[in-house]
This record gives sequence, C-alpha cells and structure tokens, in this order.
Amino acid sequence: MAQQHEKYYVPASSPWPIVGAIGLGLIAFGAGHTVIDMKNEATDGWGANVLFGGIAVMIVMLFGWFRDQINESMSGLYSNQLGHSYRQGMSWFIFSEIMFFAAFFGALFYARVIAVEWLGGASNNAMTNEVLWPAFEAHWPLTETPGGTKSGEMGWMGLPLYNTIILIVSSFTCHFAHVGLEKNNRKQLTLWLGITIVLGCIFLYLQGAEYVHAYNDLGLTLDSGIYGNTFYMLTGFHGMHVTLGTLMLIIMFLRVIKGHFTPDNHFAFQATSWYWHFVDVVWVCLFIFVYVL
Amino acid sequence: MSTVAGEMDHTDHHHHAPSGITRWLFTTNHKDIGSMYLWFSFIMFLVGGSMAMVIRAELFQPGLQLVDPHFFNQMTTVHGLIMVFGAVMPAFTGLANWMVPLMIGAPDMALPRMNNWSFWILPFAFAILLASLFMEGGGPAFGWTFYAPLSTTYSSDSTALFVFSVHIMGISSIMGAINVIVTIMNMRAPGMTYMKMPLFVWTWFITAFLLIAVMPVLAGAVTMVLTDKYFGTSFFDAAGGGDPVLFQHIFWFFGHPEVYIMILPSFGIISAIIPAFSRKRLFGYSSMVYATAAIAGLSFIVWAHHMFTTGMPVAAEIFFMYATMLISVPTGVKVFNWVATMWRGSITFETPMLFALAFVILFTIGGFSGLMLAITPVDFQYHDTYFVVAHFHYVLVSGAIFSIMAAAYYWLPKWTGHMYDETLAKWHFWCSLISVNLLFFPMHFAGLAGMPRRIPDYSLQFADINQIVSIGGFAFGLSQLIFLWVVIKCARGGEKAPAKPWEGAEGLEWTVPSPAPYHTFETPPEVK
Repeated sequence: MAQQHEKYYVPASSPWPIVGAIGLGLIAFGAGHTVIDMKNEATDGWGANVLFGGIAVMIVMLFGWFRDQINESMSGLYSNQLGHSYRQGMSWFIFSEIMFFAAFFGALFYARVIAVEWLGGASNNAMTNEVLWPAFEAHWPLTETPGGTKSGEMGWMGLPLYNTIILIVSSFTCHFAHVGLEKNNRKQLTLWLGITIVLGCIFLYLQGAEYVHAYNDLGLTLDSGIYGNTFYMLTGFHGMHVTLGTLMLIIMFLRVIKGHFTPDNHFAFQATSWYWHFVDVVWVCLFIFVYVL
Repeated sequence: MSTVAGEMDHTDHHHHAPSGITRWLFTTNHKDIGSMYLWFSFIMFLVGGSMAMVIRAELFQPGLQLVDPHFFNQMTTVHGLIMVFGAVMPAFTGLANWMVPLMIGAPDMALPRMNNWSFWILPFAFAILLASLFMEGGGPAFGWTFYAPLSTTYSSDSTALFVFSVHIMGISSIMGAINVIVTIMNMRAPGMTYMKMPLFVWTWFITAFLLIAVMPVLAGAVTMVLTDKYFGTSFFDAAGGGDPVLFQHIFWFFGHPEVYIMILPSFGIISAIIPAFSRKRLFGYSSMVYATAAIAGLSFIVWAHHMFTTGMPVAAEIFFMYATMLISVPTGVKVFNWVATMWRGSITFETPMLFALAFVILFTIGGFSGLMLAITPVDFQYHDTYFVVAHFHYVLVSGAIFSIMAAAYYWLPKWTGHMYDETLAKWHFWCSLISVNLLFFPMHFAGLAGMPRRIPDYSLQFADINQIVSIGGFAFGLSQLIFLWVVIKCARGGEKAPAKPWEGAEGLEWTVPSPAPYHTFETPPEVK
C-alpha cells in the first residue's frame, strides 16, 4: 500500500441518503402494487401513482446528492485516497451487475442444455417425455413449447448484427473521448463523447425496432416459452442498462460543456466509461449466446 | 501530490455528536450507523422471534389449536426471512460498521453517505414485507426459500410486494458490502498489511465479497418469480420449456454462499474473543485466513446439496456430496485452532468467553449434523424433516446469534463506556444455553423419526418431543429479554469502563478511550 496519507474527507451529515431510502421504499411499494393492480385489472391504480412518486423522489435525490458531490469535488475537498474509494466502489458495483446478468445467463444455459433436453427425454427422463409431453421434441431455439405455444425465431443477421457493430464501435469512441480528456484535448473529448451518445441512442432505437418486429412479424413475445423469456429478459435488462449508460453519458457531456473534469480529476467520467464498456461486453455475450449460437 | 485536501476541510471538526432526530436521519458517522443497524436487528430479532413463538405455541400439541394452516405457513416464511435478512445480516453489518474502522485505524467507512443510505433502506423494506401480512390473501406463505411453483402458481397476490422488498434489501446489502470491502482495501492505517488485519476484518472482507457476488443472483431469482407469476414467463414451468428445479439451482447458488455470509463474521468474532480470554495469541492466524477463503471458495460449488431429492443425475449428486464434505476440512482447521488457542491458556470465563465457548461446541454440533446431511443417500431420509431444522438452527442460533451476543458483550464497554452487569449477563448466558438446547436438540430426534418440517399438525408419537421443544422455545425467547435489559442498563450507566477492559484483548479498538469518541483515528495510527 502506498504510504500517502492525506486527510480523508468524511462528509458532514447529509439529508440525501434518507431521501433516497424513502424514494426506494416508495418505488418498491408502488411497483408491487402496480403489478398487483395490473394482474387484477384494477382501474383505480394508486400503485402506479406511488411508483411515480417514488421515482420523482429518487430523481430529486440524485440531483441533490450529485450536486453536493460535484461541488465538493470542484472545491478540492477530495483526496487521492477518496478517489481510490470511488473507483473501487464502482468496480465492485459493476461486478455485482455482472452477477445479476449471470443469473439470467445461467437460466438460459440451464434451459438450453438441461431443461429442454430433459423434457425431450434425454438423460434418465424418457418417461417424462413419454408420459407427460409425448408430442414434444427437444430443439433450440424453442419455437414450440411442450405446452404447444408457437413462436418465430430471431436470427442474428440484420438488426442484431448492426447493433453489435454499433455498440463495439461506441466502446472505441468512448475510449477516444477518455484519451482526449487525459490529454486535455477538450475538442476531441466533446466530439467523441457526442458520437458515443448518438451511437447509444441509435442502438436503443434499433433495439426497439427489433422488439416491434419480433412481436408483430415473428410472434416472439415475452410469454412464448423459455426462448422468448430468456430473449426478452436478457435483452430487456441489457437495454435498461444501455438507457442508464446513455443518460450517464449525456450528463457527462453536459458537464464537459460546463468545463468540468481535468486530466487527473474525472472520476465520474471514468466510472461512466467503465459502465459503458461493461454494457458492451454484456452485449457481446448476449449476441453470441442469445442470437448466434 | 497536488491536491489541497484537508486544508479547506471545515466540516468535520465537531467532536461531539449532533443532537435531535436529524442526527440519526442524516448521519454519516460509522458509529451512529452501526448502532442503528444493531438496534434495528435486535428489534427484528424480537419480531421474528415472536413469530417463532406462534409456531411453537401451535406445535405445543398435535392437532390445530391456535392458527389456521395458511397463517402458520406465513409465520414460518416471514420468521425465516426476518431472521436471515433482518436480524443476522444487519447485526453483522452493524458490527462491521462499528468495529472495522476502529480495527484498521480508519476515520470512518470509505463511503459514509452511502453507508447511511444502506441502513435506512432496511426499515422500509421490512415495513413493506410485514405490511404484506395484512393484505387480502395474506403475506408470503411459501417458505423463506420461496420455491416455485409455491411462489408462482400457488402464491397470494402480495407476492409482488415480497419481490420488491427483497429487491431493496438486496440493494442495501450490496451497498453495505461494497462499503466494507472498499474500506478494508483502501483505508487501512500505515503498516496495517493484509496479514496483520484482525480476523474479524478478514472474515468480513471475504463475506463482503460473497455478498456482492450472490445478492444480485437473488435479485435475478425474485425477478424471475415476479415475471413467472405476473407476466406470463415460464422460467419455472415445464409447459413453457422451463423447470421448477431451475428455481432451486438459482436460489441455492445464492443461498449457499448466503449461509456462509451468516457464519464467517462469527468466525472472526470468536477468533477475537477466545485469544483475549485465554491470554494467548490466536493459534494459526494465517491458516485461519486461508481456511476462511477456502470455505468461501467452496461455497460456490456445493449449492445442489440442498437438492439431493430433486432427481439430479447421479454424477451431480456425487460431485455435490464430495464438494460439501470438503468444506469440513477448513472448518475443522478453524475449530482446531480455537481449541489450540485455549490449550494451556490462562482462561477466565466472562460472558463474552462463555458465549464464545458455547459457540465452538454448539456450532460444531451443527457442523456435524451438516456433514450427516451432506451424505446423499442419508439425506434422502433426512430431507425436509425436523433434522434439517435442528441442523440449521444449531449453526444459526447457537452459532451466528451466540457469536453476535458474544460480540455485543465484548464490545459493549467500548460502545457505551460502561461495564455491563456481569451477573445479569451470566443469567442471560445460562438461560440461553440451557433453553437453546432444550429447544433444538430434541428436534434431531423428531426429524430422524420422520417428522416433516413446515407442518402445523403432526402425528401423535411426536407429541412429547414437541412439548419439550416448545417449552425450550418459550424459555429461549424470554431469556433474550434479559439481554435487552442488560444492554439498556449498560447504555444508561454503570461502572466506568477503561480503554481496555479485557486484560488479554488486542487490537487498535482498545487504544481509543471508552466510550469511543465520536470521531476516531482522524490521523491514522502507525501500526508496527
């Protein structure tokens, strides 16, 4: 461990964490009731109101918290050691996100390699097939479920391939922007960061178009069996992460325009860039395991 | 370096604690947050304990006496959820908050504001969970393991609330764990190398890693339950190409590391207390560290020993059986080291030591019954009987909870500045020790004789055993009120505690006065 020991910045008390806890509580309570209302087709839907209230509280909290954070950082209260804490914290957060996706990839692998095969009679399950699902033959993508639901199959050529190329390119453009920041070349930074945001938005647009195509033309929906389930849950959660990443990039862009960040003090930018690389890597795994194979 | 950090810092020079309710709502102080975690977990312990009392009252006699079976199921479910996520885990996080910065010579946790956020999420999460009990159709009734299809096809409407409350509990745990791990990696005082860290810090370091690795998997599992129940997916439904057993794989991939999350910090506590009261250094420090890491590593490849009766292929059964039995090797190293530490020590038996000794013996009993359960063909017999209930209560109550009690007594003088009442504390210990064995030991016999778990009624031959167990249960529950009394009494006054109240104790936490000042180690100490 390096023997640098500047004074560590311990912030004074702050109202934002408790506001954030109230926000998350309202979101959890509201989301739960929204889902229950949807199932019961309740029309007085107060669950959704609580949910949106919670989201509003969270947005206020994020603005307030980050405003304080940015002001402290800009006034030089932060030490290198604190920078290490932030960077390590962000790395562990990304690790936890990887484990979240791992659960869904695990479900995908289990379904493909074990569940569907066994329903088709593999391993010691001949009778499962014979007695319970006699008409079912194991195949992947599972375009016809044991219960008889049919759906189309999403190929990897066309939109998914374009999207892969777009995201991989955006990872490079994000890196060029970072290099620009480190060289204190603001023009390079702004340009490449802007391009990254545009690529992120194009990706999201194309992903939306792909969903419309899958629902309308292929009959591949969220409830069309384990193939549709894993397809939509994996791409859907990935899409949510790209949305979040794009929002973060937009905030970074606004801060860059305001003149924030220096070559040695730009944790927020670095964290955003790590996050963006992370969503790219997840997409490459998705492309291989969900689309191609 | 070119930073001007420190000079413009005008905010943290108040050495006294701020007053009023906002102190607790807005705090960034690791000691305040640690205390809140500890009190919260104790309240949850009493709430979850009351539910256990309902269970034991119903099981006092065969036949349905007090509650209907659906409510009984809600009690077993919420008792488990509250004790795991509301009592044991927050208690350890509270101890980590209080002690890790003191033990490594840090001024606070690495991310103090996030620390406060992690805590304050919990009351909301548990309020939602408890409120769901009062909804039409009742709260969660599918067991704390929420196996599909019980939690999907057959669950009540309130399942969505259960799912989202688990989500925010998970967010809280992950943020808490990130905070601990970053604090340990980044905030150690000069000279405090990894292999000089106290074992409590080491075990929490590894626990935090486990938490960050598996809490997101739990989030994935509850999300799939949510979509299966409400949005027509079929992850756990064979008709759609899924498999209910998939749920168990995902759940136990989280669940097995989770049980080590609830025991590794105990190992750290016991490794601090036994040397202190034996007046000897811990035997085999580095082997303790490696054993902890080995247990954590193995915890990722043993999950299917919870699923021996699901009809897995024989190869998988055998793999998971041997992998599980391997865990007894590093665990045995630990027990051996604790005993070897006491060997020829100059031992005294203050309450922390009594709880630590009881831990070593009773946890080992729980470990042995775990080893029995690990043997696949034998597990076919034990599965889902009271033998399993006996096993995990031995490791969780007389293991984890006893270690938390030991830690509370050990560090209460540091927290409050007063010595606790030793006589009352001994009463608490002996009442707990006798009643906990009366409560859980006969469960082994009930289980071996074939009594199934999670059942509100039972066949007549189990009546005697259940009566003894229920009496033990009520006695154990009441004994914990003595603990509450001791803690309140100690917080309000008592004999003044010196900086180091235990003759044989070691560590940086004993170099600061008792009670520990509001801010400690603002300038890091030098560790030789």
